[in-house]
Amino acid sequence: MKRYALFACVAAFAMAGCSTTGSADDASDKDWTAPVGEDGNAPFSSTYERYPGRPTALVGATVYDGAGNRIDNGTVLFRDGEVSGVGDASLDTSGYDVLDGSGKFVTPGIIDIHSHLGDYPTPSVDAHSDGNEATSPTTPEVWAEHSVWPQDPGFTRALANGGVTALQILPGSANLMGGRSVTLKNVPARTVQGMKFPGAPYGFKMACGENPKRVYGNRGRMPSTRMGNFAVNRQTWLDARAYDGKKRDLAKETLKGVLDGEILVHNHCYRADEMALVMDMAKEMGYKVSAFHHAVEAYKIGDLLRENDVCSAIWADWYGFKMEAYDGILENAAFLQREGACVVIHSDDANGIQRLNQEAAKAQAAGRRLGIDISDATVIGWITLNAAKAMGIDDMTGSLEPGKMADVVLWNGDPLSVYSRPEKVWVDGALMYDALDRKRRPVSDFELGQPGEGDVK
Amino acid sequence: MKRLFTLAASALAMAATPAAAQDFVIVNATLATGDGSEPIQQGAIVVDDGRVVYAGPQSRMGAFETDEVTDVGGAWVTPGLVATVTSLGLWDVGAVSESNDTRASDAPFSAALDVAPIVNPSSQHILVHRAAGVTRAATVTMPSASIFGGQGAIIDLGSDARPVTRQRAFQTVALGEYGARLAGGSRASAHALFRNALREATRLGDDARIPGRSSRQADVTTGDDLPVDPRLAGEASEREGDVLLTRFDAAALVPVVRGEQPLYVMVERASDIRSVLALKREFANLDLVLVGASEGWLVASDIAAAGVPVIADGLDDLPQGFEELAATQSNIGRMVKAGVTVAINAAAMENPRNLNQYAGNLVALSRIPGADGLSWGQAFAAITSVPARISGLADRAGVLAPGAAGDVVVWDGDPLEVGAMPTRVFIDGVEQPLENHQSRLRDRYRDLDESDLPKAYDW
Repeated sequence: MKRYALFACVAAFAMAGCSTTGSADDASDKDWTAPVGEDGNAPFSSTYERYPGRPTALVGATVYDGAGNRIDNGTVLFRDGEVSGVGDASLDTSGYDVLDGSGKFVTPGIIDIHSHLGDYPTPSVDAHSDGNEATSPTTPEVWAEHSVWPQDPGFTRALANGGVTALQILPGSANLMGGRSVTLKNVPARTVQGMKFPGAPYGFKMACGENPKRVYGNRGRMPSTRMGNFAVNRQTWLDARAYDGKKRDLAKETLKGVLDGEILVHNHCYRADEMALVMDMAKEMGYKVSAFHHAVEAYKIGDLLRENDVCSAIWADWYGFKMEAYDGILENAAFLQREGACVVIHSDDANGIQRLNQEAAKAQAAGRRLGIDISDATVIGWITLNAAKAMGIDDMTGSLEPGKMADVVLWNGDPLSVYSRPEKVWVDGALMYDALDRKRRPVSDFELGQPGEGDVK
Repeated sequence: MKRLFTLAASALAMAATPAAAQDFVIVNATLATGDGSEPIQQGAIVVDDGRVVYAGPQSRMGAFETDEVTDVGGAWVTPGLVATVTSLGLWDVGAVSESNDTRASDAPFSAALDVAPIVNPSSQHILVHRAAGVTRAATVTMPSASIFGGQGAIIDLGSDARPVTRQRAFQTVALGEYGARLAGGSRASAHALFRNALREATRLGDDARIPGRSSRQADVTTGDDLPVDPRLAGEASEREGDVLLTRFDAAALVPVVRGEQPLYVMVERASDIRSVLALKREFANLDLVLVGASEGWLVASDIAAAGVPVIADGLDDLPQGFEELAATQSNIGRMVKAGVTVAINAAAMENPRNLNQYAGNLVALSRIPGADGLSWGQAFAAITSVPARISGLADRAGVLAPGAAGDVVVWDGDPLEVGAMPTRVFIDGVEQPLENHQSRLRDRYRDLDESDLPKAYDW
């Protein structure tokens, strides 16, 4: 395989490199492919296979399809793990088990783009603290999946109370480059491979601002400032661009994957001015930021974020816990939506992941008070299709469209109301949670024989 | 100038006090009084001289003189939310240590810490929470240098210079896993420290130089405040008499031993709760309040029998530690069902302004088979009248009833629904400003237009 291509400037990510002589030193990203194992497979491949399900027709419910549409008295059909039809009451349901959803609501499975379940599982004891290899400012070589404990009870709560069917597990934010994320199906499994979302691209965790400079500055090493953050990042990217792949290097393989567009950047970044700098750094180095996470000041640069096609993954109302979160406001999501920028509501929290629907509703209400009316169907997109887009899985899940995975939640009421909860949750058409059937509720190994085993939680 | 306002035929004149700007009447309200009852339509409320004189059906309202009558057009009207336990007024930015007074891990004192002099009524968090409908709160430092966290204050969130309505309102102590770490690494150590401290305080208290309640004019307004032990004010030093506790800390625990000051005990595990309830056998006068109590439902009947109220984590359902294995969102519902007095703990959420969301979730549980939730009225009481009662403000706050403070909130929707926010907030009958740093940022960034000048000129 040709490892060097001096003027391979066709790929979008090479825009900056091509304008400088420095590009002559860069190995081509275009011709670089991620190595496979000796067995010819990508390492740690997903072994997930969908569980059996009945052909099901949900009828009579209000349907939010995740793509911004609402269907009153709608019908959602799924079989063989896939959505097979979405429409009004006229859809033919013959051959399906018909489930009456009158007075209830149907949405795609909820997706959390920012979770540490499994990596920081409960019980949250030191022995379980596997979420951040905070021993070097850049650790692109670590993979979050190697820390995931599939028995984390938090997965089950996210499913039952939050209707979460897919989630991205990210490394922590102590480092500028924290490592690879992993996207999981929220299906209990004995191994992390059994949870890995088949076909989902990897993500790459980066972090701006206070955390990296504090953690490493306090150890007397670079970076100790925001300018140090950028210097370390840029040099790391330059070194990665020059990597020729002849000798395997786990860190550079991940960075190459980012430069190649195969691994999506998820950048923890609070302040507006820093996000703008990061977007310029990405242009310089030839990669793209998929989403800024925790972007509490995104509302100050909604125009820039729209122009750069970068999503903002945000909380509804967290603020004030650190200096770079001081300007958090309830209207963040609504202001971004006003600018036409991509909004994703995330949790970063084992409790918050159980209420992403409520967080989205809070953010919607803040807009409504200012006359920014955002439809319920659009708001559901903040926790379904928009998250899927930023994670690169939107061609598979995130909305109710024929051919997509049958990741579906039946809510016992309006999902944007505090009074509603998931009644049933299907993953790939398999019923994984049913509020009306106490045995259709996962209980992790950890909880067996403990007080409260199998409780409603 | 007051004018006579008559809605009903009965001639009940309530304007006994001089005219004041705080007199107002709200009619056509969806009224929730906070006492545990369900909301009523066509409700009315009358506030006179800063206090509620009527709250109930409009049809039974009498005649009275007032300054202002507002028809809220069916909007929800409630008492202000009461947040316990919080750190409101004690910090600006959590991770900016110089702005954060919530922990004093290097301090020489623990039980003696008293937040009353350090509450900042201009704190943005007070402003933000006022705008979210929280009108009163318990605020306190966290145990950090010792198992004792210090003495909390009851504050109002009013826009004035006097936030503290009751100082030294309660003492805090951590037992359980957290207390064990603070005590040197074992629950056994925490219990030994606790017992020693209370015995030292008992001995100190037996010295009987503490004046009775009536011997000293209380310097606050609630009428049942704790007098200051003169040894905290005098010049005498008895360092040689101290054992493990400093004299200040021991003296601060005297009212705890005597049961004059409630002791908030932070515990989660069922067995830890039992051990706390058993303390009453050794220290009969203790006025206990449980905080956290994630496994409270397993010992709910014991808690109810002991008559100990609980400030419970509302939605914890994960085994955060081994002391919370049985945590479930049904915890509060089950304890209430067993007869326990339960307030939702404002410390167990991202910010106390999420109290109404948490209460709403407890209502949601009532529709889940196998789960135990609360009725709307019960849930709302768990963030109003119940925390007020635990805070020593029974009938004075957290409720709209004759004699209660005129803490009134008009909402833009069902206050337990996510996204509901106040449109007007009154504290002691005084309408409050709802502006703060966040609202100013909101106003500035309503658009991103900088065609004439930078955003810095938009204010």
